[in-house]
Amino acid sequence: MPGVHDRGGWPTDDPIDQEEHPVMDWEVRMSALLGALRGKGLMRTDEMRRGIESIDPSRYESIGYYARWAESVESILAEKGIFTREEIDGKMGELSGGAG
Amino acid sequence: MSESHGHEHPGMAHDEELGYYARRVRAMEAVLVEKGIVSGEEVERLVAEGEARTPADGARIVARAWTDPGFKNRLLADAKAAVAEMGYSESESLPDVVVAENTDGVHHLVVCTLCSCYPTWLLGRPPDWYKSLTYRSRAVIDPRGVMGEFGLELEEGVVVKVLDSTADVRYLVLPQRPAGTEGWSEVELARLVTRDSMVGVSRPLTPETVVG
Repeated sequence: MPGVHDRGGWPTDDPIDQEEHPVMDWEVRMSALLGALRGKGLMRTDEMRRGIESIDPSRYESIGYYARWAESVESILAEKGIFTREEIDGKMGELSGGAG
Repeated sequence: MSESHGHEHPGMAHDEELGYYARRVRAMEAVLVEKGIVSGEEVERLVAEGEARTPADGARIVARAWTDPGFKNRLLADAKAAVAEMGYSESESLPDVVVAENTDGVHHLVVCTLCSCYPTWLLGRPPDWYKSLTYRSRAVIDPRGVMGEFGLELEEGVVVKVLDSTADVRYLVLPQRPAGTEGWSEVELARLVTRDSMVGVSRPLTPETVVG
């Protein structure tokens, strides 16, 4: 049984959805942030891939492309000790609190 | 197994998830800035650079290859070195890029079954369909059916080669130059080169579609 990311040849007759969704600011931001981390050698392509491929299979299928990136970057940087997940939780609460 | 892949929208998640990830990414960036690992200006600069990349870049490269046989040979032999001649260079150690030439007998289609690898620095952001689980599944088992959905019907005798991208190699298709473009300049030709023709799901535009 291949991993959830290994999609080649998975049986489906569904037509390809050719509709484009409008790009969201956070997706652009995510992409740029990854670029910055790559430039510093903190996120290599193989690490990025490993992070994406480690996402829980049902979650992998239910979230979008850049959300997978966010999951991967967070797990790899936490693994490297660059930050902890708790720090991100804390900052998220702080930012939401400030905005609300 | 999950049935959710029947109706997934690549790049699009539930509203709740969108809100979550928008906030999560903002929090990650803020923490990284506080720790001095990245700066806000740096991220802004990369946002601007990312926005500046579009399929027009790939189109310029294709048009140059159509008009300059020496460049075409260099492009097919070592794409990174050839595009650097045109000012497309990457300081980072990005994956290799291979340019695959379509001919009367061979047509190439690009996919990334494992992820959504794409030559973003030459084509800009990948379209949603390229990232969809359906395209990633079907491109390798039913390439003609997939191309048909994009309106491309190849003749029976044409060999279809599907190129599956990896973390190390990205592909760009060099489509065939449309008939009736003899004497066209590079700039004129570039207008015929679409994003989809460089992924292999369609042909370039024809002269009739852009003239008059």
